[in-house]
Amino acid sequence: MKRYDALKEIAKILTNELIVCNLGDPSREFYNIKDRFENFYMMGSMGLSSSIAFGLAISQLERKVFCIDGDGSILMNLGSLSTIANNKPKNFTLIVVDNSSYGSTGNQKTYTSNKTRLEVIAEGSGFESITVIDKEDEIIPKLSDLGLGCHFVLIKTMPGKAQVKNIPLHPEKIKSRFIKALSK
Amino acid sequence: MNIDSELYKSIKNSGINLILSVPCIMLKGLLEIIEVKKEIQHIPVTREEEGVGIAAGAYLGGKIPAILMQNSGLGNSINAIKSLLELYKIPVIFIMSHRGAKGEKIIAQMPMGQITIDLLKLLTLETYVLNSPEKIKNIITAVNEAKKTKKPVAVILKRTLWRI
Repeated sequence: MKRYDALKEIAKILTNELIVCNLGDPSREFYNIKDRFENFYMMGSMGLSSSIAFGLAISQLERKVFCIDGDGSILMNLGSLSTIANNKPKNFTLIVVDNSSYGSTGNQKTYTSNKTRLEVIAEGSGFESITVIDKEDEIIPKLSDLGLGCHFVLIKTMPGKAQVKNIPLHPEKIKSRFIKALSK
Repeated sequence: MNIDSELYKSIKNSGINLILSVPCIMLKGLLEIIEVKKEIQHIPVTREEEGVGIAAGAYLGGKIPAILMQNSGLGNSINAIKSLLELYKIPVIFIMSHRGAKGEKIIAQMPMGQITIDLLKLLTLETYVLNSPEKIKNIITAVNEAKKTKKPVAVILKRTLWRI
């Protein structure tokens, strides 16, 4: 399974969840799989997607928030895991697609390719539930099983990206249509 | 006059309803009031840049967020200020103690402290320097400016506020 396959599965279960998607290829791929106003595509500030999603979760208590993050980005902002887990939003799922590489910059390896286990770090940070998925057909049942809570989901994939077009939206447009979706 | 209480009142009256904080000894009193009153949602963060991300998400969700930190945290926030807040036009209020300026006793604070005001200029952040009690009300002006321009703004808390 590659990230693109994982993202396609995640997209199938969406109803009105708010999504914050990590920068670079994850956002480009997700845009091409299932663009919707409820998707916030991050374009800069690597490392901050889990923080943005957490800020959203604490201010939109009635909406479920999914963060689609990557291993390289999580490693850049490990403190975020402690902040999120200790404040335990009830509407938050952090999905880390772990391909053990910096995919958008040429597939340089991250430390999860060697000794580092992000699910152990997340557990130690205090997340309410930890789910590790390494088979594509487990994504839908396991994500569907998560009720309210502060969840950490790790999806182990191979490196590699799909050939997809760039997101043609200006960042201000991404923001304005996202805010519009919140009033629905 | 209790400076920390006055700062708190001005923050409360400005409409700020979420504070992300990284502590500083100069902010000790203000942080205690925020914790005791529990009127403004307060989330301590592990690093200032993380606070910028949370503030951005909270703004999208309808909050008026501020980051309470030491000026050293400005250095930790630069990329997020430019490639998140400026790129998407997201207003966030940075309220920072100014360490490494006149009266500083810790030498390690000096290099960052000396460039803080120039750095804010370079980042094109509208900056409000609070160096006397009568300027505390400018926090309200700063928040209004951020809302109007959809840009982050900076409020600098000088040591002279507390006469220390």
